[in-house]
Parts: sequence; C-alpha cells; structure tokens
Amino acid sequence: MSAVEQEALVEELPELPTRRVGSPARAWTQWLLRRLGLAILTLLAVSIIVFFATNALGDPVRAILGKDYDVSPDRVAALEQLLHLDLPTWQRYLMWLGDLLRGDLGVSAANGLPVAELIGDRVINSAFLVLVTAVIMIPTSIGLAMLAARWRGGALDNSLQFVTLALAGLPEFVTGILLVALFSTSVFHWLPAVTVMPVGGAPWDRPASMILPVATLLIAVVPYLARILRSTMIEAMDSDYVELARLKGVPEGLVLRRHVLPNTVVPTIQVTALQLAWLVGGVVLVEYLFNYPGIGATLVDSVRNSDFPMVQALAMIIAAVYIVVNLIADVLSILFTPRARTGMVK
Amino acid sequence: MLRDPRILTGSIIALVVVVLAILGPLFAPYGENEIVGKPFTMEGGPLGTDYLGQDVLSRVLYGGQSVLMIAVLATVLGVALGLVVGVTAAYVGGWLDELLMRGNDVLLAFPQILIALVVLSAVEQPTWWMIVLLVGIAHAPRVARVARGVALSYVNNDFVTAAEAIGEPRWRIAMFELGPNLVVPLLAETGLRLTYSIGTVAAIGFLGFASNPNAADWGQMTNENRLALLVQPWGVLAPVILIGLFTIGTNLIADGIGQRAAKGA
Repeated sequence: MSAVEQEALVEELPELPTRRVGSPARAWTQWLLRRLGLAILTLLAVSIIVFFATNALGDPVRAILGKDYDVSPDRVAALEQLLHLDLPTWQRYLMWLGDLLRGDLGVSAANGLPVAELIGDRVINSAFLVLVTAVIMIPTSIGLAMLAARWRGGALDNSLQFVTLALAGLPEFVTGILLVALFSTSVFHWLPAVTVMPVGGAPWDRPASMILPVATLLIAVVPYLARILRSTMIEAMDSDYVELARLKGVPEGLVLRRHVLPNTVVPTIQVTALQLAWLVGGVVLVEYLFNYPGIGATLVDSVRNSDFPMVQALAMIIAAVYIVVNLIADVLSILFTPRARTGMVK
Repeated sequence: MLRDPRILTGSIIALVVVVLAILGPLFAPYGENEIVGKPFTMEGGPLGTDYLGQDVLSRVLYGGQSVLMIAVLATVLGVALGLVVGVTAAYVGGWLDELLMRGNDVLLAFPQILIALVVLSAVEQPTWWMIVLLVGIAHAPRVARVARGVALSYVNNDFVTAAEAIGEPRWRIAMFELGPNLVVPLLAETGLRLTYSIGTVAAIGFLGFASNPNAADWGQMTNENRLALLVQPWGVLAPVILIGLFTIGTNLIADGIGQRAAKGA
C-alpha cells in the first residue's frame, strides 16, 4: 500500500467522541444518533444527485425514443405524461422521493412493469454474489497478510508484495476477460464463460457458473485488502507491547494471534467495509461480463434503454448499500475500541 | 527517482504502451475502418479480423489514443478539482470544511462508474468531453480527501503563520506555501487516479457507451468482439492486455512514489 492510501485510510476511521459527556452510555448514544442522522442526510443528498443526474446532460424522452422521437409525437406526449415532464423538476423530484419513501420504486419506462417486481430476484442474486465473495475475501486476505507479515522481507513476502501490487491496479473487466480466455475459451475449457440460467432458476443451482465471477471479484479486492492489512499488522508488530511480549518469551505464533491480531481488528473492519462497498459497484462490470442475472447487468441494460425509473432505483440501492455498510463498519469500530466505547477518549 | 525498481519498471511499461498508442497509427498495416477479410477469421494482419472484418492489429494501433487521452484529461480534471476542494477545506476550516467534506461523503457513496452510468442513461450518444467530465468528477472527492489530509498537517505550521503575519493573501499562501508540500504525496495520488481512470474509461467503452461507435478504441473493441472470444480471441485479448499492462505500470509508479513520499524523500 502506498503512503497516500495509508493516509486516506486514517481519514476513514470514524470520528470518535472527543469530549467526555456525562456517562459512557450517553456519549455512545449521542454518537450513534449523530451518525444515523448523517447517514440519512447523506442518503437524501444522494437521492437529489441521482434524480438530477439523469436529467443533467440529456433529454429523457429523446433518449428513450431514439429515432422515433421525431416521427411519433403522440408517443412523446405519452411519455411526457408518464414521466410528468410538464411539472417543474423540483416538483417531480418531490413526487419521486415521496413514492420512494413509501417503498414505491415506480414503473419501468421500457415495459411498464413495476420496478420492484423486475429487480426483486436480481437484488437477491447480486447480494448472493457479493456475499460469497466477501466470505472468501476476508479470511483469504487476513491469511495472506499474516503470512507476509510473519516472514517479513522473506521470499514469500516479497513475491506476495509483487503479485498483489501488480494485480491491485488491474481493472476488473480486464481480469475477468483474461480469466474467461484462460479457463473457459482459449486455453482450457473447464468453466462456463457466462451464467446460463433456466427460467425461474437461481445462480446457486449452478455453482460452476459462479466460480469465474467470484474469482474476478476476489482478484479485484483481495490484493488491495491483503496489502493494507499487512502494513497494519507490521505496524502493530513493531509496537512496544509486542516487543514486550516477545521479550518475556511468548512464542512468535502466539504473539501474532494474541497481541497483534486483536489490535488490527478496527483497521481491518474499516478496510473490509471499504472493499465491500467497492464490491457493490464492482459487480456492475463483472455481472455484465458474465451475464450474471443481478442488479449490475440490469443497470447496464437500463442505462442503454434509458429506463430512468430503473436506473434511479438501482442507483439508489447501490448508494444506500454503500452508506449502510459504512455505518455498520463505524459502529463495529467503536464497539471494538474500548476507549471510544466508554466515551473516555481524551 | 528512477533508481526505485518499481518506478523504473512501471515507467518503462507505461511508456511502451503510450508510445505504441501515439505512434501506432503510423505503423498500422491497414486503415482504421478498412475491411480486410471475413469477420472473426485470421485473415489480414497477424491478429486476424474483428466483428466487421476489420484488421485487429491496425485497430489496436489506432485505438489507444482516445482511451489514454480521455483518461489523462479526466485525471487532470479530477486532481485539480479535488486539490482545490481539499486544500480549501483544510486551510479555511470551520463550517466550510464541514460542509465540503460532508458533500464529499455524499459523492463518495457513488461507486466510480455509477455516476457515469446514471448521467449517460439520458444521453443518446456521449461525447468524449462528457466522459472526461464524468470520470474526472468521480475522482475529485477521493482526491479531495487525500489533499485535505496532507494539507491539514501543514496548515498550523510556523511558515503558514509567518506568511499570514506578513499579510500575504490567503490564496497565495494556499498556492505557494502549502502547495509545494503537497506535490509529492499528490503525485502518488495522481498515479493511482490515472490507473483507475484508464480502468473506468475503458470500462465505459466495454459497457458499450464509447463516444464514437465506428472509431477504434481499446475499451470499445473489447465490447465489439466479446462474443467471439472462443473463435477469435485477439480482438478482445490484444486491447485488454494493453489496458492491463498500462494500469500495472501506472500502479507501480504510484506505489513507488507513495513509498518515497512516506520516507520523506
């Protein structure tokens, strides 16, 4: 990890309560309420951006109809009615927001079906993909980081550092295409290149078709995560309390598990949350590449069809997941930091 | 700086790709849109033909400039915007800092490609400057965060107080007192942003939203020839390998500079 990333990481740590306000429980509640309020405000601001961004650089009706725009004025009028284009933008935004808060995601502009119905299964499929990736990502990264930190400067560490650095910058669709070429088309023919699902089926019925999408996502997140965790661990390993543990004769393996690892929990949570949040966006390209039936592939199709209600709903879902993941990470970080939990900071 | 093996290796890799992209058209055996044979066969140049029967090697040699150019411009835009926001937040502080950073958090909730996709959904045919704008704006909050962090460690230093005491205008202090201290850390950040720019710009092409549907473009080529990965992989593999090489190069440079910055060199 570069120093800049490290510095950015320090910035990521949640603001801890800086004053001692009454009892620890009160300080903690205050912090939680403030954090929740901020999350809601952020989500509100996100909704404004999502709504206005779809109108920023183009004309929605023209984009939906394409070449038909000039030849069928009645369809233009119908769409303008459907999208309430006769009303001022602010009013439309408020209507949209009101529907959203009531759980109504609107109607697809492409086929008139309710958005919620169209994306329900896909949200689950994407969540499954992210979940499987996360379940493999966390132990793999921690394991790699521990191996590298344990034998710092050794052959294993150096080769891991080199490989992870090279992989960390690769765009995920590049990794994905190379994996497809390697494992399912040009070199070997072991794995399916696309997810082919029977109607009504779920991706977990065909585990083989999950391998390449998950592997692509893992190659995108694990190197970065492992690098950051390694430097966090090394920092902890160079600390005085670890030195003391070594001096009093604790075996190195035990030092790592009992003294180093617990002290890396909070940074681990923070970086893992960042990577999880990244995954939620990263699935867009990977799902499109592997034809995986999730929200990412749907988003790309909807963008192509200029299906605004779908694009807006999916963008809101992705941003909301990001905000929730960060919120959970902040709460967990505080819970795992005794001095912050008890409101005793400074 | 070139003694650092990472910076040296990274620079060589990145430079080779850049030279290939710039000089490529001069060496292309066929024209950008010249049909040289049947689609997806090994006719024409050594890399065969693409989905329309155009020569893959020639398209690869033509197709680097647009991707690299858009990515570089987007990086410059993103770093400049982020720098202004970050340094302002750090130096002015108070409510403005709070406001700018909260706004920053809002933008950070969008994965980089999402902003581009949301805006592009209303655009019939994106132009190259739209892609520059969208990718650049997506970088800005991430750069602003780093710039603010670095600037914060300097704003209370004596040289800033001294400059304020002799009545130097604030913008001059930000530019000439704080600025020089930010160069090296931000150079590393710029390298990192360039890496992601290439990835995002190529990804936009890969998703089929490139600015000119007929032009050769590494990102777009991967999309055009994707279906034939089994029979004629070069139409996809050649541009993908070049994009991958370039990102590995810039990432190596960024990491090398970052480590030097950390050491205070």
